[in-house]
Amino acid sequence: MAAVTEYQKAAYIAGQAADARVNIELEAEGMTLNIGPQHPATHGTLRIVVRLDGEQVIWAEPVCGYMHRGYEKLSEVRTYPQITTLVNRIDWLGSFANEVPFILASEKLMGVEAPPRAQWIRTILFEMGRLGNITLFLGEMGVQLGALTPVFYAFRDREHVLNLIEAATGGRFHPNYDRIGGLKEDLPKGWGTEVKGAMTRVRGFCDEMEELLLGNEIFETRSRGIGVIPAAMAAEYGLSGANIRASGVDWDIRRDGDSPLAWKHCDWKVWTHPDGDSFARYWVRLQEVREATRIIDQLLDGLPSGPIQAKVPRIIKVPAGEAWVHTDNPLGEMGYYVVSKGGLGPFRTKIRTPSFSNISILPWLLKGVYVPDVITILSSLYFILGDIDR
Amino acid sequence: MTAALHLAYWQTTTIKVVVIMGVVPTATIVVVYTFMFKMMAHMQSRLGPMEAGPHGLLQLIADAGKFLQKEDVFPERSDRAVFALAPIVVLVSTFLLYVVIPAGPRLILSNLDTGIFFALAVSSLSVLGVLMAGWASANKYSLIGALRAAGQLIAYELPLVLGVVGVVIQAGTMSLQGIVNAQAHGAIFGFKTLGEPFILPQFLGFLLFVVGAQAELTQTPFDMPLAESELVAGYVVEYTGFRFLFFYMAEFATAFAFAAIGATLFLGGWYVPGVHGTAADVLGPFVLGTKIMLVSFLIFWFRFTYPRFREDQLQAVAWKYLIPLTLVNIVVTGVLKVVV
Amino acid sequence: MEATAVDERRQPWLDALRDALGDALVGHEIAGADIWVRVERTAWRRAAQACRDRLGCDYFCFISGLDWKSDVDLAGEKVWDPAPPVSSGAEAAGDGRYQTGVAGGEDRFQVMARLFSTKEKMGITLKADLDAEDPRIESLVPLFRGADWHERETWEMFGFTFDGHPGLRHIYLPGEFEGYPLRKDFPLLAREVKPWPGLVDVEAMPGEPEGGAEGAEAEGAQAEGEGGEG
Repeated sequence: MAAVTEYQKAAYIAGQAADARVNIELEAEGMTLNIGPQHPATHGTLRIVVRLDGEQVIWAEPVCGYMHRGYEKLSEVRTYPQITTLVNRIDWLGSFANEVPFILASEKLMGVEAPPRAQWIRTILFEMGRLGNITLFLGEMGVQLGALTPVFYAFRDREHVLNLIEAATGGRFHPNYDRIGGLKEDLPKGWGTEVKGAMTRVRGFCDEMEELLLGNEIFETRSRGIGVIPAAMAAEYGLSGANIRASGVDWDIRRDGDSPLAWKHCDWKVWTHPDGDSFARYWVRLQEVREATRIIDQLLDGLPSGPIQAKVPRIIKVPAGEAWVHTDNPLGEMGYYVVSKGGLGPFRTKIRTPSFSNISILPWLLKGVYVPDVITILSSLYFILGDIDR
Repeated sequence: MTAALHLAYWQTTTIKVVVIMGVVPTATIVVVYTFMFKMMAHMQSRLGPMEAGPHGLLQLIADAGKFLQKEDVFPERSDRAVFALAPIVVLVSTFLLYVVIPAGPRLILSNLDTGIFFALAVSSLSVLGVLMAGWASANKYSLIGALRAAGQLIAYELPLVLGVVGVVIQAGTMSLQGIVNAQAHGAIFGFKTLGEPFILPQFLGFLLFVVGAQAELTQTPFDMPLAESELVAGYVVEYTGFRFLFFYMAEFATAFAFAAIGATLFLGGWYVPGVHGTAADVLGPFVLGTKIMLVSFLIFWFRFTYPRFREDQLQAVAWKYLIPLTLVNIVVTGVLKVVV
Repeated sequence: MEATAVDERRQPWLDALRDALGDALVGHEIAGADIWVRVERTAWRRAAQACRDRLGCDYFCFISGLDWKSDVDLAGEKVWDPAPPVSSGAEAAGDGRYQTGVAGGEDRFQVMARLFSTKEKMGITLKADLDAEDPRIESLVPLFRGADWHERETWEMFGFTFDGHPGLRHIYLPGEFEGYPLRKDFPLLAREVKPWPGLVDVEAMPGEPEGGAEGAEAEGAQAEGEGGEG
């Protein structure tokens, strides 16, 4: 094992500071505070050890792994369909979006292409996963800043999206609907019309949030100029998704990667913001939600008919090879590096999750900010614990 | 009290104590049920408690029962005496606030000449209780919350007090009964029928008072000390059971009291045009109650809508914006009152 | 993707890297709209630098490891291996060669990194072989700050040492975890390696005799069972 480092000591001490065995407060400069692992602002079991000078952070270190489930090891003893079930639970709000890159990687290795109808429906459900995830963010950032009410509207309007995901796939959060070669089954009758109704509601919700939060002076004061991340730094740390777009980098894998999914068949825009602060991240995500509703509307209009599943053998054995597929998930860039040796399951799956890299910037970002701003920054970076800890 | 019935001092005092012991919890229940349960719920497109009693009316009784039967827990490293005393200090300051609020021409527990001065002075005692709670909890989150509270409460005392000074100049007296009478007998541009609620000439003062009260009550947008998403209840985080109930009661009873003071200072208190004498004694509490509901509605409406200020922004608002405004208000009122 | 289109975009990258690294570039593959490059262990940081400076790869995607060992005998437990090797010749021959993947490989351990260029919208996978006895390689932290956490995770899961890393310590697993979970010889199902130590929740200070093991947390990495919504 490595020698005991300063970090380990401080982390341990912070956890035991109430115990007078080690009277750290007199020995170290500043007050060591544990934010988490049980804390309303950390969306789960993330622990951030900060050293404070009054209300200013002089040193911060996230400690993750409280929810580490060993997905990469687990996926070595599972077949490909079984991994689809596993992988749903990484970013549990983004539901369908987790399955897609893995299935695409497997299809790439197999040389199978799903029929167009399946690809379009996959895109629609992917974007609905984005809605389910980011609408919560829009309300939740309000709560972290103190506005109690918007999050209830978020839950209320999100219900419609979740109900529709459930109508199509059978699961609100864990659809387990994607299969190598296509989808499990076709959509129910009348689904498209209901989805369009839901999209109108979500757009109304976005307008509400724009008025309630974005237009609120206190929200602006609390989030403008807080947690500014320059574009170069964001790229170095591997920030992705709305986080890097809010720093001005015009990169969206849906548009720029050559994915077989149906984004190229509709007309949509990538939103960026030059500031790179918490307000920008909120703003970009709000626009992305609106854009997602427009994408879904367009795709529903042009949904091709046809088979829902390509011809694949019943027992799937993926030929040997390696493939990397990434997509622009609600939280950022999620990718799977699948190594196959020709068996029933992959030999190794490397799961690249966005929140892991998003959070890695915190030690650099949190230096010198105030405690309330720590909360603002955390909530604006928007992570899901399952995504960090896999 | 000069009435047909002559009671001994100890008898009147006993009655007053009983009244206050009854009014404070009732006030809490009314405020919490109407605003925290139902208004908040409806604003957030949900229903609020519906099970306990019709439309959840008995929810608070159930809550009180729940708090009372909990284990009395002291954190291991806490200062027991101070820890136990802190909620009582805060609650006592609340009780004392009710002493000077008039509910009718003769319905006042103690008609002090320095009514409003006494009220504001006594409400500052709660700062002490908050600091005691934060320090004695032996918890860093409590400490941060208490220090924030101390800074905030002290900073926002000033707009509160100075906003009231304008009313005092207008009425010419500090006694709350006297202020109500001044409003009753005043005139709006010579029009005497409606009296002169001081919200009209003192509109700026009213706004400053409401903002100051919002901060004194540590309600959003000034609830940094209790910031739920950061400090997880701040200085009360280690309190459970009946001690927490004391804090809870103190918070909402104080809200009620501040609303009452605001209604008395700016909206005319128990006075309604056309009602005098004994009728006012009977009708007064209800009139006052309605006006209290109006002011509370404002306070809680802000609470549920706005995000919270950061501590330094909060202080900046108080010192850089509110206090100069209050001084301007005082100067203008003084000049207009004396000159005009 | 047409073969010509891929070549046009990625071939220049390969040429630039060959130009920068010379003989250190020992394997490559351009296929399926992607490019893999395998370099000598000693040229790892140089390769990443070339990617950053000459190819314009400013975005750090991830670093991880690969353990090519198959045919693992996890004593005592009947472990179902859904990925039996297609040809079992190499290792069975006992000559120590492993069947490795894209862009080749000569040893059991490989480290891989993925870098991406936000301007060109193209990425590259770098690989390097590591010594099976003492897997160590240069750290990329001086080039990409984001490598910090990824290298910590790779060290923790595989045991690769990154020279020049500011502080290799556990990121997911508790402080006194023994073993490298993602290596193929680390069993997933067996309880023999770490018997259930009972319920204790205090982690002793590193270096002190432990007052209690991190049993509850050690299970998280070993035990099977899927996580639910947190």
